[in-house]
Amino acid sequence: MNLTAVPLEYFLTVAGVLFSIGTVGFLLRRNLLVLLMSIEVMLNAVNLTLVAFNRMYPANHQGQVFAFFVIVVAAAEAAIGLAIVLAFFRVRRTVRSDDADLLRN
Amino acid sequence: MVNFEVAFFAVCTLLVLLGGVATVAAKNPIRGAMGLLTSILGIAGMYLLLAAELLAAIQVVVYAGAVVILFLFVIMLLGPAASESTDARSALSRYFGAIVFGILALGALWIVMRMGGEVLTSLPPPSGGMGTIEVVGREMFTRNVVPFQISGILLLIAVVGAMAIAKGHKPPPEKSPEASK
Repeated sequence: MNLTAVPLEYFLTVAGVLFSIGTVGFLLRRNLLVLLMSIEVMLNAVNLTLVAFNRMYPANHQGQVFAFFVIVVAAAEAAIGLAIVLAFFRVRRTVRSDDADLLRN
Repeated sequence: MVNFEVAFFAVCTLLVLLGGVATVAAKNPIRGAMGLLTSILGIAGMYLLLAAELLAAIQVVVYAGAVVILFLFVIMLLGPAASESTDARSALSRYFGAIVFGILALGALWIVMRMGGEVLTSLPPPSGGMGTIEVVGREMFTRNVVPFQISGILLLIAVVGAMAIAKGHKPPPEKSPEASK
């Protein structure tokens, strides 16, 4: 199997739609856990774009290596974000982002 | 007989997009985490179509096997407080902003996809062990070795920071005056 049947635009369209889904979810929802999960969705969409373009220009593997580092950073950020959610829950007993309003007037 | 690659791509697209919608739209955050898992597995399938085998394996092991599990731990640790009902405060501006962004993003995507004309760009066949662990590893450890080491340090910082934040601290115990004789 030669892996050439699917054109590049299909992958880019899927990645773009997935990124839009993640961003709309990030803007709409107020549950902190859902916000973190939609960030992961957005990062996955970006990774798909990187790998698709690397397949299009295969001179080197920088796209895949970049996607590897995006996965590393996303994992670290998910860990820290969840720790912050836990600390916030310990203080406010809620995970709604609307309740993080200590600095509001 | 449909081409196997196109059928596999269609299945992966369904997994990715439906998983994404489930992630952002589910009331129950466990359903959201399962949607995220589905989306991640669909992306891993697409990596296999894009001759990125090592990345597909890393995606499954790290994302599906660690990040989603971490989310599930925290959701189950929070218990019933993890899925709270929302009130209508600031709902109108949020919906307006999100829908405007959605329309603009999909419009931009449509415009960009039309730029190349009606001819779709077909991918070149993968050559020279593209995406295999040997080739990607060689590139990672020669050209990208400094970011690799820095990402190791970043992970160490993240582990220490997460432990420090999530540990919290107990208030110091009250010392009675006659205890310090």
